[in-house]
Amino acid sequence: MDQKKIYPTPMLDILEEGPWPSFISGFKRLRDKHPEKRINEMANSLLGQLEHSYETRKGYWKGGTVSVFGYGGGIIPRFSEVGAAFPESREFHTLRVQPPAGNFYTTAMLKQMADSWEKYGSGMVTFHGQTGNIMFIGTTTENTQHFFDEINEYGWDLGGAGPCVRTAMCCVGSARCEQSCCNEHAIQRHLVNTFTDDVHRPALPYKFKFKVSGCPNDCVNSIERSDFAVIGTWRDEMKVDQNEVKAFVKKKGRQYVIDNITTRCPTQALTLKDDDTLAVDNKNCVRCMHCLNVMPKALSPGDDKGVTILIGGKRTLKIGDLMGTVIVPFMRLDTVEDYEKIVEMAQNTIDFFAENALEHERTGEMIERIGLVNFLEGIGIDVDPNMVSSPRQCSYVRTDGWDEEAEKWFQRKAEEKAAAAG
Amino acid sequence: MSSEKQKLRPPIESGCPDGFQYMHPVMRKNFGQWAYHEHPRPGVLKHVALNGDVIWTVKAGTQRILDVFTLRTLCDIGEKYADGYVRFTIRSNIEYMLSDAKKVEPLIKALEDAGFVVGGTANSVSMISHTQGWLHCDIPGTDASGVVKALMDELIDEFKNHNMPNRVHLTTSCCQINCGGQGDIAINVQHTKPPKINHNLVANVCERPTVVARCPVAAIRPAQVNGKPSLEVDEKKCICCGACYPPCPPMQINDPEHTKLAIWVGGNHSNARGKPTFQKLVAAGIPNNPPRWPEATAIVKQILKAYKEDARDWERINDWIERIGWPRFFEKTGLPFTKYHIDNWKGARNSLNASTHIRF
Repeated sequence: MDQKKIYPTPMLDILEEGPWPSFISGFKRLRDKHPEKRINEMANSLLGQLEHSYETRKGYWKGGTVSVFGYGGGIIPRFSEVGAAFPESREFHTLRVQPPAGNFYTTAMLKQMADSWEKYGSGMVTFHGQTGNIMFIGTTTENTQHFFDEINEYGWDLGGAGPCVRTAMCCVGSARCEQSCCNEHAIQRHLVNTFTDDVHRPALPYKFKFKVSGCPNDCVNSIERSDFAVIGTWRDEMKVDQNEVKAFVKKKGRQYVIDNITTRCPTQALTLKDDDTLAVDNKNCVRCMHCLNVMPKALSPGDDKGVTILIGGKRTLKIGDLMGTVIVPFMRLDTVEDYEKIVEMAQNTIDFFAENALEHERTGEMIERIGLVNFLEGIGIDVDPNMVSSPRQCSYVRTDGWDEEAEKWFQRKAEEKAAAAG
Repeated sequence: MSSEKQKLRPPIESGCPDGFQYMHPVMRKNFGQWAYHEHPRPGVLKHVALNGDVIWTVKAGTQRILDVFTLRTLCDIGEKYADGYVRFTIRSNIEYMLSDAKKVEPLIKALEDAGFVVGGTANSVSMISHTQGWLHCDIPGTDASGVVKALMDELIDEFKNHNMPNRVHLTTSCCQINCGGQGDIAINVQHTKPPKINHNLVANVCERPTVVARCPVAAIRPAQVNGKPSLEVDEKKCICCGACYPPCPPMQINDPEHTKLAIWVGGNHSNARGKPTFQKLVAAGIPNNPPRWPEATAIVKQILKAYKEDARDWERINDWIERIGWPRFFEKTGLPFTKYHIDNWKGARNSLNASTHIRF
């Protein structure tokens, strides 16, 4: 483009130095090398505004209301507060697009998306934003619709933005990982695609996120970063290939195995025997994954696989950080009925959240305010000692319903026993 | 109905697409049938299925915000040197999956020749998960992309090698909402002064009851200022969190001087060994100093050095600190311990030492 019109970017230029790939160099390629004049100007203008931010140490974007026909969300609208000085990026909205479960792409599909984005947008894209969406960064209000129309025709839909069910995430899971204890991809899609209406039309008190990890390593950070965390686990004994254990001991040495595996077990459930085999106290194993991570060839999850569900994770705003709390210690997810059960549970949770949370209150905060027992009663789930680290320690509690509650417990246990006996 | 209206196309509410259609055939075939994995070298994973099938993964770091040229380059490399199947990790690394072991080295070379960085697996320092910053956010205190670029330039060898006791996840966030998430080390904006209020704009722009309700410490009240309905902040109560700024932009929290950076450590999402942990504040008052944020970078390197020297194999930063204790952490990193490290939020008592467990 015309050299005279190029905004100088002395501070940003410094971010082109150094060995890590530079996003600034990428923007400059769009400014200088792209055949489309619209993209050159947009990149130039954006670089100008960003340099201005670097010089003044302030941001200059404000929100607004932009969506596509038929939806109420999915777009992050951005209007420049310094649009007079940097007019070509005056409107610079982001489209949040839901990735496939597991974040898989063919290069052919990525190129097709790049072609569409070039037609209507800035040419800048991120895989993925922190909520898990593909972020198509930078387009005008008008082109937001055109771009969406084009990619929606070949299989892509918007994600959530605002007080709604958000785009979900899962780990690579069963597609590539031996630790996987569930079909993460199916769980994610069954859950979030039940709520497409709640994704596209924000009407909840605040955001609601699903995340699915295939094992307790929780690679998508579901306990802390989602309102509804589904994590694969197993109930029976872990599998031990004693020949592989012996081979590992031989290769790494006994002391290494003692220092890095058996003594790191949080419940002292592992013993290295004199013959270099491993004994596992499966009743006291808490499925933390450490020993499986260290010896993936020798140790594997058992066969009776399912999931644990934790509800209420979130970051600081407004009452402080909360981890999700165990609501379902274990459920199998094999049959259609099992999937219907988890979807129904999610529906009950979101219905209860919609009716009972205050404005801008997350599920975890609502539970903190009303107490876990009221939440459980609201969604129809029985109490379970796996939900707590310890029972109550303060004596200020009214217990005049004790006998009935104890009776419920014994009855439930008897039913479970009968069911197990078949 | 106007002709313009008639042209509007109703959306296809297809939601989250099925990933199977984009998955490498070897992964499709062996879905749920994997036996184990190995780390043949940094940046490369070898997963072996129960039937002996093998899928290789080559992981590379990128600039996260990709221009279409870079995206096409990544795709071209995937087509020429791999099988055309990729995925992105939650830290925005790209992963190429391929079934032919002989293609692995040429793929790595092609990626490195094109300026990408192969690594980020196992006990390395990860790519930094981060937020939008000045580039696109409406409430940013800094530019995460710039902070990340500056840091990764310095930490590139740790990304490319397996030199750490265990994996190190870094995050960066441009305000205290912390969209970057918990990390072994998090570099986050920390405001240090109450918002500056433009009273002329409040009545027009802000829904005042919403703003009052948003404050975590009830420091905001409705007020008449210069005859106009506005809001006022009890500055003694204000914790400078910035929660009022998103619903009310005239309550400007960002400040070129007083918006600082803070560093937090020990956030760990995994259940391995201990239960998941939240990150803890270790350093604050760090200048928000573009374009390379040298002060923040130096502290991160200081913490990483102490961790690398002192932690045992498989200890994440939180595990390491739990073993050596916080006094030793401050001693080893050379960071000052101040009154600001002692929590006074709800539940703070749980973080006090109510025992004689003291390391001498």
